[in-house]
Amino acid sequence: MILVWLIVILMAGGVLAWISGKVNRALPRWIALGSVLAVFGMTLYQWLSNPIPVLDSAWLIQFNQPWIPQWGISFRLALDGLSLLMLLLTFFLGLLSVLISWREIQTKVAFFHFNLLWVLAGITGVFLTMDLFLFYFFWEVMLIPMYFLIGIWGHENRRYAAFKFFLFTQASGLLMLLAILGLYFIHGNQTGVYTFNYFELLNTTLAPEAARLLMFGFLAAFLVKLPVVPFHSWLPDAHSQAPTAGSVILAGLLLKTGAYGLLRFVLPLFPTATVEFAPWAMLLGVIGIIYGAMLAFSQTDLKRLVAYTSVSHMGFVILGVFAFNEWALQGVVMQMITHGLSTGALFIIAGFLYERLHTRDIQKMGGFWTMAPKMGVIALVFVMASLGLPGLGNFIAEFLTLVGSWQANNWLTVFATIGLVMATIYSLRIMQKIFFEGYKLEVSLPDLNAREMLIAIPMVVMILWLGLYPQPFLETAHPSIQEQLQTYTKPTSKPEELPLKPENMAHIEESKTEASPAKLEEAKPFPNLQIKTP
Amino acid sequence: MTLTDFQHLMPLLILTFSVLVSMLVIAVGRNHKIMYVITAISFLAAFASLYELRDVARYTIEPLLVVDGFGMFYIGMMLLTALLISMLSYAYFEQREERKEEFYILLLLATIGACVLVISKHFASLFLGLEILSVSLYALIAYLRKRERSDEAGIKYLILAAFSSAFLLFGMALVYASTGTMEFAGIATAIAGFTELPLLLLTGFGMMIVGIGFKLSVVPFHMWAPDVYEGAPAPVTAFIATVSKGGVLGVLIRFFMEVDGFRYPTLMLIFTIVAIASMLAGNLLALLQRNVKRILAYSSIAHLGYLLVAFLAGNQMGVQAVTFYLVAYFITTVGAFGVIAMLSDTERDAEQLEDYRALFWQRPWTAAVFTAMLLSLAGIPLTAGFVGKFYILAAGVNTQLWLLVIMLALNSVIGLFYYIRIVAVMFQQPEADTAIQPRGRLRPSIYLASVGTLTVLALLLVYIGVYPSGLLQIIQGLIATAVP
Repeated sequence: MILVWLIVILMAGGVLAWISGKVNRALPRWIALGSVLAVFGMTLYQWLSNPIPVLDSAWLIQFNQPWIPQWGISFRLALDGLSLLMLLLTFFLGLLSVLISWREIQTKVAFFHFNLLWVLAGITGVFLTMDLFLFYFFWEVMLIPMYFLIGIWGHENRRYAAFKFFLFTQASGLLMLLAILGLYFIHGNQTGVYTFNYFELLNTTLAPEAARLLMFGFLAAFLVKLPVVPFHSWLPDAHSQAPTAGSVILAGLLLKTGAYGLLRFVLPLFPTATVEFAPWAMLLGVIGIIYGAMLAFSQTDLKRLVAYTSVSHMGFVILGVFAFNEWALQGVVMQMITHGLSTGALFIIAGFLYERLHTRDIQKMGGFWTMAPKMGVIALVFVMASLGLPGLGNFIAEFLTLVGSWQANNWLTVFATIGLVMATIYSLRIMQKIFFEGYKLEVSLPDLNAREMLIAIPMVVMILWLGLYPQPFLETAHPSIQEQLQTYTKPTSKPEELPLKPENMAHIEESKTEASPAKLEEAKPFPNLQIKTP
Repeated sequence: MTLTDFQHLMPLLILTFSVLVSMLVIAVGRNHKIMYVITAISFLAAFASLYELRDVARYTIEPLLVVDGFGMFYIGMMLLTALLISMLSYAYFEQREERKEEFYILLLLATIGACVLVISKHFASLFLGLEILSVSLYALIAYLRKRERSDEAGIKYLILAAFSSAFLLFGMALVYASTGTMEFAGIATAIAGFTELPLLLLTGFGMMIVGIGFKLSVVPFHMWAPDVYEGAPAPVTAFIATVSKGGVLGVLIRFFMEVDGFRYPTLMLIFTIVAIASMLAGNLLALLQRNVKRILAYSSIAHLGYLLVAFLAGNQMGVQAVTFYLVAYFITTVGAFGVIAMLSDTERDAEQLEDYRALFWQRPWTAAVFTAMLLSLAGIPLTAGFVGKFYILAAGVNTQLWLLVIMLALNSVIGLFYYIRIVAVMFQQPEADTAIQPRGRLRPSIYLASVGTLTVLALLLVYIGVYPSGLLQIIQGLIATAVP
């Protein structure tokens, strides 16, 4: 029931915020802050009160209520470690989004907060639902408010960006819907039970051809959302045109729904088809890493620059997902969290600068370190995080991903590592252009005030915590990652499903060697990170 | 005819009776309000009389009509839609100078025609129903005589509808020539004997498709739709888009179900081409429009294409999907034209995209309702249109009409483009330098009537979008009795 409350509080808070705008201009902000705080508190309580490693099942809480019984659709929510981490990230960034909009948004305040809370509600739904119809439902629900956030409160080219964002995601979403329907009918014809229940659909046996087609349907939605080059072109526009809160939610959360979808649906539902597709997916990931980094280096618009770094970082996600081993997936989960924080923080800094200078052009900036040292330090932390400095969260994420993907594909991992070097180049360029060189402005630049520090400090603390002691996060994610990987960890039980191609052979070899516990013991970077082998 | 026959035709008899009463009342004295009340009461009474018939499984009135669950559901749906349209019309016509009272007689007559269509099982009753509907529509479309485009639209519809009726009649004659009967069931048994459809019969069917296709405004018989939609008064446009098309689609489904036309690849191929062409042409041409009524006209062409996808699925699920989608489409279309009617002033309808600029900041609730309607047309969750589109896709995937289903998905995206454009215009900032004078509001009582209707529609839209089980149950229960 608590899971339903998370969504209901956000939705009701949104409506209330909209209505209360008639009474008082400041009231919507407080209502939004209150509702996000409430759900954040509830989720945090769940995390602290459930010592995850002790549980047998990966699922902490489940909720099920028939919705449209004629079609086998139910309102089915379930929480596991992965969802829990994603929810914590959602509400943490949600909280920050409310706070950074406190001064930035001055027009149509009530409607803004309505949209903000409904986006969060849609994302919460996506992370929780275990019914594929409901999943598509929430997938779409988060689009409309996001469209409004970009289209109404965005920068100069907002309508174009909002349109592009909407059409890309909607088109790819429809392909996913077709795949969901295909799966539904195949499962129904096999078993006679027509249902959208995720747990039952997991047991569908698919012909290789059907599995491939259905997988591409799902991939369409997730790869566009993630985004993977060549489906990324909506992202720089949407991210750079959105208001700061919108950029934070886009980069921090909406992209993560794509990664989450890959982990939750594509991996377990289509175990054979994904293995076939894996080398290509990893290749796309590496292309994304390098292409994103190169384009990031050549941007002059600060928000566009940060947007391209997202493309680059999301390349690691797809690289890790298709490595099919626990380390890579732990890295992916860490990457989702740390990228949400570090990129969110960079967008927030871009927002602070835009509020002061009314420009996002880094050519016009420079030498801000002397004027605004606090801002400089904060920016330095997150720029370093973004380039993967040890001690900060992104390092753990990228390191784990690369360790995992090395086992799956050596050469692509080598190229992905080159991407890290390129990350250093573009990240240092940000610092160089904005905070060093000569001061060009005639007016002075005010440093961060108390409210802004209140936003920045928790993010710094979080990114440090993730970098220095990631164990709680890894432990929380562990059982559900095991669950998603179930079909991959025992490939010997169904060897006939793997087509005998060289790249797949290599993969089988890898997983066999991985199965030896003694070897694992010495190679483990984190002693507590248990890899249960059958 | 026996007394039970009359009982089963009660909804139609009530409507006919009220037409006569209305004429007498006008002869005594003109009063808009009284006319409106008579109309509303007769629609309600006709709907209430359906309640008496709820347990009827299948009752035939030889040789013309059949009363069954399918027919009753469609009649009920059309009666309620007509009621809502009459409520919108009251506000719309109250602020206009013309003689208003005859409008309601025509509205009632057209509704009778549509109701006869969906319960007919014979070419004679089919044609009678269609003509009652069409002749009333000629007058309704040109009702506001003083507007220039009104006449144009009326004449266009008159000529083209007469042509299409001729095609339909000729087609019926050919079918009669080759099968020797005009009853649907008789035709079914006659063609069941053929191993391959004779050319004469196929020609007959082809000509009938022309006639029916015209009424449904599917490509390539769609040319009239944008002009007529644009020229007709907004409530009449709503009527053409909903009740008129719903009735024709109802009889089409009944005919195909009886004859089992889905067995014949030639017919299916024709409908597949028509469906794809309608979706593509409707959506692509809508992209080019700047006039909201024309956009909705092209969008309705596309929506009929969507409906044909489920129709082509040809099984019980397909029929249910069509019916469900029609309910959603009726609510949405009436709502959208209701908003247009409400924003219209005495001079002209609010049809230019410019009329909607910054509407959201001036009249938030109206704009919110319009946004909801447009999103439902686009098939976005939380609205009835989403569930309807989902149902159609499900029906298509179930019978593995992959081409049609993928075209539908593609077209939804194209469609999204122009629906969202209207929404975006509504959300634009009002331009600071041009002081926008708010459009004159209607008198409070009338205003409330319109707002009330629109609120009911919007709530219904969201209710069906969030909780479709109830409606599904009704549709499945009623249609199971009718469809083999």
